[in-house]
Amino acid sequence: MDNRQILLSSVQMARFVAHGSLRLDAVVPQDMNTEALAVLAQGVPSPRHGTPLSKAYAPGSFTARLLEVPQVAGALRSLVGPEPLVDHHAVHVREPRDKDAQALHADAIIDVRPDAFDVQLMYYPQTVTLEMGGTLSVPGSHLRRINESDTGRYQNLRGQNRLVCPAGTVVFVHHGIWHSARRNDSDTTRYMFKIRFNPTVRQQRLWDTSDLHDPRVIAELDTMFPWYEQAAGRLERYNRTLLWRALTGDPDFDLDYWVTRVTNRPQEATA
Amino acid sequence: MTAESLTDPSRTVSVPLLRQQVLVLYLLNSALDSCVVGWSRYDGTGRTVPTTGDSEEPPYQTGLDALKDGWRLIQASQLIPPYPGHEYDVSFLKHEFFFERIVHVDQEMTGF
Repeated sequence: MDNRQILLSSVQMARFVAHGSLRLDAVVPQDMNTEALAVLAQGVPSPRHGTPLSKAYAPGSFTARLLEVPQVAGALRSLVGPEPLVDHHAVHVREPRDKDAQALHADAIIDVRPDAFDVQLMYYPQTVTLEMGGTLSVPGSHLRRINESDTGRYQNLRGQNRLVCPAGTVVFVHHGIWHSARRNDSDTTRYMFKIRFNPTVRQQRLWDTSDLHDPRVIAELDTMFPWYEQAAGRLERYNRTLLWRALTGDPDFDLDYWVTRVTNRPQEATA
Repeated sequence: MTAESLTDPSRTVSVPLLRQQVLVLYLLNSALDSCVVGWSRYDGTGRTVPTTGDSEEPPYQTGLDALKDGWRLIQASQLIPPYPGHEYDVSFLKHEFFFERIVHVDQEMTGF
């Protein structure tokens, strides 16, 4: 196995901060994808909550090898740092012609940490077609303060992402992302393997920061999504700015002056 | 109609079978004629089973377009000031409008 880690760039990190997710298409080799279908069908033994990654999966096991794929290992390191804890994992199976989609939700419970986040790895060993009901996710929803399935009333949002992907795709999502397993209208059982990771170090400049001042960083952070209300969309960028400040350690970073303007409270008296 | 005819057990009375359909639209701002950014549907006839992530385009471009197509507005979200100290928080969609349509179950349906 190739033990390299391909770290994320600043542009990719900015995209994660704006979208709440990062997609790596077909990064897992096909022989592992074929193996995964048998492994996932049998179930994967769960480590205890909070097991350090190096102790969670036996060396050489399928999951250990999945996490050693250079793009996967590098993204994980960039997002949560070295030796994260394995919160839990789950094999998600959507049977053919099932009746319902999941309600739109965020996992676990409301989690409003301003300067830390968990990530969830979602691995798709098969080619996922629209008909197979790939995961629905709502880009840019991760900073909204909601609790689990209280968002179940929302069926469709403009610009939502109905995942269609090649086999071997891995998606990393922020813990707050709104998502749902869509209804499987196909004749094929669909598998997804999810692992949640908790950081054990401060999540600051863990990625390849050599492109930190690339103009595309600002462009990614400034992304607006079609489902945002006009006014709340501005608050989204305000909150992204605060997260980017925490991740970079730059207390003066701003997007279009959104934060600077409303925190300006001069204390100097006139001369 | 006489009292006798109403109590005649041999008489068949045709009662229209009515059901409610509900449409929820989430709009760009608090104006009903602003653009739709999200939508949900519930069908009391049982003929359709709308669910999460089942469509890519909204049924109407604005809330007003739904009125023009015969939907009746039954609830609009209130405008509530932010709680002190939470002015910059983002949470649920703010501009939620509930519409209903009453249909005969044997009626042809459009726009749902």
